[in-house]
Amino acid sequence: MYLISGAEASVKMEDGVLIKERVPKSYRLKDLDERIRRERTKAEARLLSEARRAGVPTPIIYDIYNSTIKMQYLNGTAVKHVIDENLSEQIGSLVAELHMAGIIHGDLTTSNLIFFNDRIYMIDFGLAFNDSSIEARGVDVHVLFQTFESTHRDHGILIDAFCRGYRKDFRQADEVLERVKEIEKRGRYA
Amino acid sequence: MKGTVLGIEGTAWNLSAAIVNEKDVIAEVSDMYRPPTGGIHPREAAQHHAKYISYVVTGVLDEAKKKGVDASQIDAISFSQGPGLGACLRTVATAARMLAISLDIPLVGVNHCLAHVEVGRWKTPATDPVTLYVSGANSQVLAYRMGKYRVFGETLDIGLGNSFDKFARTAGLGHPGGPQIEQFAKKASTYIPLPYVVKGMDLSFSGLSTAATDALKANSMEDVCYSFQETAFAMVVEVTERALAHTEKNEILLAGGVGANMRLREMLDIMCTERGASFYVPEKRFMGDNGAMIAYLGLLMYDSGNVIEIENSHVNPNFRPDSVDVTWLPKDIAGRR
Repeated sequence: MYLISGAEASVKMEDGVLIKERVPKSYRLKDLDERIRRERTKAEARLLSEARRAGVPTPIIYDIYNSTIKMQYLNGTAVKHVIDENLSEQIGSLVAELHMAGIIHGDLTTSNLIFFNDRIYMIDFGLAFNDSSIEARGVDVHVLFQTFESTHRDHGILIDAFCRGYRKDFRQADEVLERVKEIEKRGRYA
Repeated sequence: MKGTVLGIEGTAWNLSAAIVNEKDVIAEVSDMYRPPTGGIHPREAAQHHAKYISYVVTGVLDEAKKKGVDASQIDAISFSQGPGLGACLRTVATAARMLAISLDIPLVGVNHCLAHVEVGRWKTPATDPVTLYVSGANSQVLAYRMGKYRVFGETLDIGLGNSFDKFARTAGLGHPGGPQIEQFAKKASTYIPLPYVVKGMDLSFSGLSTAATDALKANSMEDVCYSFQETAFAMVVEVTERALAHTEKNEILLAGGVGANMRLREMLDIMCTERGASFYVPEKRFMGDNGAMIAYLGLLMYDSGNVIEIENSHVNPNFRPDSVDVTWLPKDIAGRR
């Protein structure tokens, strides 16, 4: 199960379909709040399908209305619970595919990667955006490495395996991974 | 913790010296550079600081003496090492070095952003907060984690206060812009859509400022000021809320000059109430730039052996708060509660 409601959105199941709704924020003006939630919902749906077209498995979208997305529920396991060296290498290739397509996930954690039907799916594109800069890619990878470090004991091995996968087909991989080291030194946390 | 420290602030327009001990501020004397027209001119601000530095330093020493604290009782001199306007920083650093040499006591180089956070922790009940620091030049969301204050989100271009100032200057409202914008906003009737720019955890205000200026062509000053405020504040509150959720902390601290705005406080208060978090705002004298915060963080650093040699006391106009080793706090601050 991965039905976790965060600060941004609430998630529930209805007839085997996952329904994600962005929650209103009462500190924001109603007009502004509705506009932001609508825009972000549309952007999230767009990036979910863009990613899938680029070869990154993501849930299939059934419907979008106002600030709600109806999508496929993946009855799998969060990668957090099953990660090993081999999966981490696969994650590396997937993230490379995503970055080559000019997409930044924005919240890459092992909870947002689902192992389902022998494949790894990427979920929750709520903070995703289009960007092809080395810095944005570096931050994306850095965030993932931090979840490796905070939740997995063998994080060194996982990070090495990720880098192998990330480098395989991605020409700018070295540049990004170099930037990740620099971001770590900066202590910037995003 | 014990000791007495004289600290000097002068990163931008406020030149301020203060003497503090672990209990309270003993004395503080300030002199503000006020541009006759337009905004802060870096060279003129530095000239102002050079002209008034002896006045604020002798002033604060005199005032402390009246309260029974003599110059010989001061344990260390601290100064704003950055971030800030280079020329202003150098003027203040020179004075601080000279004081340290003549009194023969250690020198402490303080990060201005962290001084805002620490004075807030000192003067409010906050212990381990997520801090929203919004001023003219800076807009950051900071929180402590494992030996460092991490930046969870920040502006990618100009500070929130600066975007208000830019708008106010072109709109003919004078400097600083924030207080006037707040007054106009109170009389507004309509919200005008303006660009809301949150990128991941980061913020951008320069486009918003330009869009607000453009919106003046077709809308009233009141409505534009209102819409500008609503948009900019919603952006910073959103990032602050996300940092709060991410860090699983339960306190928000507001710091910086823009924190004087009542609408911003109201929005943060609503967010905190809904999340069950506590919201803390220090009294006004500790919100904007002040010497007391530099003296206080100077005291914390001096007490934890974090002093510098004169040779290594260069100023750093881009001094990042997350580059500072936090010697004055335990690694796991939450455990202290």
